[in-house]
Amino acid sequence: MTQPNRLDDGGVLIDRSHKIKFFFDGKPYNGHPGDTLASALLANGVKLVNRSYKYHRPRGIVSSGPEEPNALVNLGSDATHEPNIRMTQIELHDGLDATSQNRFPNLDADIGVLNAAASRLYPAGFYYKTFIHPRHAWKYLFEPVIRRIAGLGKAPTHPDNSQYEHTYAFCDVLIAGGGVAGLVAAKAASEAGARVILAEQTERLGGRLLVDDDAEIDGKPARVWLEETIAALEAMDNVTIRLRTCCSAAYDHNYCLLYERSGDRGEAAQVRHRLWRVRTARVIAATGMIERPIAFHYNDVPGVMLASAVRDYVKLWGVSPGEKTVVYTTNDDGYRTALALHEAGRTVRAILDSRKDPSGPLVEKARAAGLEIRPNTGIGKAKAKRNKLEQIETVNFDKPEAPGKTMYCDCVAMSNGWSPVIHLYSHSGGKALWDEDAVMYRPDPANPPRGKDAEAMVFVAGSANGELTTDAVVAQAAEIASEALSQLGMKTSAVAPSVTAVTETTTVPVWCTPSPGKAGLGGKHFLDYQNDVTVADVALAAREGYESVEHAKRYTTLGMATDQGKLSNINGHAILGKTLGKTMAEVGTTTFRPPFTPISFGSIAGRETGNLFKPVRQTAMHDWHAAHGADWEPVGDWRRPYRYQRGDEDRDTSIHRECLRVRNSVGILDASTLGKIIVKGPDAPKFLDMMYTNMMSSLKPGKCRYGLMNNENGFLMDDGVVVRLDEETFLCHTTSGGADRIHAWFEEWLQTEWFDFKVYVANVTEQYSQIAVAGPKGLELLGSLDSDIDFAAVPFMGMAEGTVEGCPVRAFRISFTGELSYEFAVPVSFGLALWEKLHAKAEALGGGVYGTEAQHILRAEKGFVVIGDETDGTVTAHDVGMSWAVSKKKEDFIGKRAMERSDLTRPDRKQLVGLLTEDPNEVLPDGAHGVENGKAIGHVTSTYFSPTLKRSIAMALINGGRARFGEVIQISTAKKKTIRAVICDPVFYDKKGERQDV
Amino acid sequence: MLLIDCPCCGVSGEETEFAAGGEAHIVRAGPGSSDADFASYLFDRKNPRGVHFERWRHAFGCGKWFHMVRSTQTLEVFGVYKADVTSPPQDILDRVEAARAEGRVK
Ligand SMILES: [Zn+2]
Repeated sequence: MTQPNRLDDGGVLIDRSHKIKFFFDGKPYNGHPGDTLASALLANGVKLVNRSYKYHRPRGIVSSGPEEPNALVNLGSDATHEPNIRMTQIELHDGLDATSQNRFPNLDADIGVLNAAASRLYPAGFYYKTFIHPRHAWKYLFEPVIRRIAGLGKAPTHPDNSQYEHTYAFCDVLIAGGGVAGLVAAKAASEAGARVILAEQTERLGGRLLVDDDAEIDGKPARVWLEETIAALEAMDNVTIRLRTCCSAAYDHNYCLLYERSGDRGEAAQVRHRLWRVRTARVIAATGMIERPIAFHYNDVPGVMLASAVRDYVKLWGVSPGEKTVVYTTNDDGYRTALALHEAGRTVRAILDSRKDPSGPLVEKARAAGLEIRPNTGIGKAKAKRNKLEQIETVNFDKPEAPGKTMYCDCVAMSNGWSPVIHLYSHSGGKALWDEDAVMYRPDPANPPRGKDAEAMVFVAGSANGELTTDAVVAQAAEIASEALSQLGMKTSAVAPSVTAVTETTTVPVWCTPSPGKAGLGGKHFLDYQNDVTVADVALAAREGYESVEHAKRYTTLGMATDQGKLSNINGHAILGKTLGKTMAEVGTTTFRPPFTPISFGSIAGRETGNLFKPVRQTAMHDWHAAHGADWEPVGDWRRPYRYQRGDEDRDTSIHRECLRVRNSVGILDASTLGKIIVKGPDAPKFLDMMYTNMMSSLKPGKCRYGLMNNENGFLMDDGVVVRLDEETFLCHTTSGGADRIHAWFEEWLQTEWFDFKVYVANVTEQYSQIAVAGPKGLELLGSLDSDIDFAAVPFMGMAEGTVEGCPVRAFRISFTGELSYEFAVPVSFGLALWEKLHAKAEALGGGVYGTEAQHILRAEKGFVVIGDETDGTVTAHDVGMSWAVSKKKEDFIGKRAMERSDLTRPDRKQLVGLLTEDPNEVLPDGAHGVENGKAIGHVTSTYFSPTLKRSIAMALINGGRARFGEVIQISTAKKKTIRAVICDPVFYDKKGERQDV
Repeated sequence: MLLIDCPCCGVSGEETEFAAGGEAHIVRAGPGSSDADFASYLFDRKNPRGVHFERWRHAFGCGKWFHMVRSTQTLEVFGVYKADVTSPPQDILDRVEAARAEGRVK
């Protein structure tokens, strides 16, 4: 396992004394500590690493950093599997196991390449145009084929067993990027006494200074200055340096997310990824630049790379991606790559420069080194053999129709100038300005993202601000840091380092290189490698009227891949502008949205998974229920026993037993989840008169009243029994799911509308356990209790206080089953004790527990509504036949005005009725629609088989239903079946209410 | 995520501690109001790209409602004040005017 492309020396990041074995597509390779997966594969001569998304074209590594569009891999397997990771950001470790994506059956022989042959069928807007019609073709033809061939990485098949966490931090200055600008800013901020966090996405500080060390800083070689500065920062107490940590986002008011890949290096890490949630007074974005590629015919073949990346591989990892390289540049910086390769002993076949008359120190140095420079020339065409670059053909910009010169090479290093990374500046609304001279978008200092104090909150330092040379980078970074600090009232004692740097002239960009020998474009000139978007696609979009950059982006999918167009956007916008005859400034740019690079789902979830995802609320009797066969039903955040199962009986058996138990003997129900809100104060009666549709001020102390609550639209929002405990104190019961909402509702009105009312409210839902005892043997049960309450003397809708079996209780004689019924409220610490006592007494009488489903059936037999079943936010008290609960005397209550609206008073509104199917054994499907003359006339709201009546019953909201008792209607089911049912009174059982009021 | 100062308890907290409650200073239209006034009370809400007077609740803190004036465009906060008033304090209105004069908000 030799590494044919590893240079004999060089590579400041690697440790040649150790070897690391790793696997790519199952094949073993060697690398060194300090390598990335990308550098190690290049060292091993692996060029082909992926297939493209749409055309399945062979693709290689293009870059050396987070901008990488091609080299995405699956990492790990099963529970550690993670797709779509950029090879350029994976630190090599022992046993690393990566597989290529987007190929079938394997990388070298991929059948999807047929796509490319059929690429005329895949123009821009292909998805829009093709898949719209015919509809069924999508399901049976397109999707199955596309799903198999296309797609990025595979989704994991196992639950992720890694640990992830969130952590919170606060600082004065957050510096994103540990290159020279970030280090200068950190030095300035730390010496001003600011709390500093410096986040660097790679595992190293120094940025491009580690590669391009041709500058002198403070009279020292750049490398020496770098080491001294890092040491100084590490010694500062007020500086936190986090490596492998990307500042992903700068949201409103400088809420920033840092994504730390703390445990991605093979060893058993406690935390795999950590998401930092940082509040900082100011952000200094020292995020650098990304080099732009050049569009030319087949500029996507493996071996075509960014010039800066080629140089990175040579200098940082001691790897030359090619034996023989052609440099294609539009600026001076490309010459640095040529010189680096030359100094490393590799062949630079030629430097092709788009400019007519390249000059300057770097050009002269290349000339002096004897390198061939061809001005006014570009690469017209690249050609691959066996999935890698074999040769290029040059093109003369003045005579593109003339045949070019063929050059054999296995690597192209291209440079089309640089785009500042201004993402963090624009995440919260900072604007970008096109700088025509520098040929780049730069942050617009007049339109920064602003904090709550209206001050600029993100400052852009160094090359991220468009500075090209080290001296300009350092000077600007020092200046912008002191500006940010002075906003915070801080002053730095740090002196900006003096820098001697090599001068450079600006780029003259080439947005699309003409192909030699052809008048038109000819062939594919790729802009967006990951989404396979070409120059022709963008030009076509412009011609078809997608002139806005936002429209063209969506039509072509330019910049919409996982790399978010880091390499492709500017080139694509330039092509759009050229086609439309607009300048870059007129074309405009798309908005940068967080995160800067994809972050893992695990990091977003943190520890909030499994049982911690959403805590479950449990009553005092929860464990008892669990031990007695509870079949749980979620109600809000609570779990309530739906039924109690005996052995392996089915649901209906348990539920019917529980229903009949209540009708024939006695049942007990855990009603603790009911909302309980205390409303207290001199104005409490007045306040509750506003909150409920019925009168509450007239309720006598010690009495209960069922109440309905409206919203201001006049629709029902909650219901429950109100108990007047004393003159100034009310206990309002709400639905189980409504306690928090209604408590907040009360508070809202008291704080924002009637803030002169003297009323306090308190939500005491969790302070009390509540137990219902219901059934004809209820009084017998209660009579057997050790209690000072004379239960027989408590009238229907009355209340008593006292002790039961040693527990302090309030007993309410209220009924939601239609049977004689009491509800006991006890402090939650007594809940289980009283429950167990009542259960033993009930069993002794032949009764026992009942669950929520039995409760629902029992109330439906009585025609009692459930908010959320019979109501859906468009239903009034009149609709459900409860006009008796709407006060006519009160001048005002919430929703009174709305109920006067004509739409809420028309007679043909949907009204609550009962339905009896003609076949008594047929239970209507819940939600099924009544249909008449082809039109829906209402729907089923509750439907059960009633064990008491031994037939099916249902409640429904039917247009003008109350005037239609006795009529037969058709209920249509999802199975295209129609069921006939008779409209009737919704009270099916004990219409006079005699059983509850004995 | 906004950073919000609660004028009731003094805590400066993350937006996730608070709940937004829509436009502030809506006058309730009760029984006797015209259809137009009632419809406006229920449904008409401003949605400016600029200065917005809004209600917030310190839902996971002191529980109190209050008002905040901010720019929906730049997220600048001009001030917070308690809920038991029917119009904003003058000093906050002055700050809004100053920002408008500087062309920072509409
Ligand atoms: Zn507060």
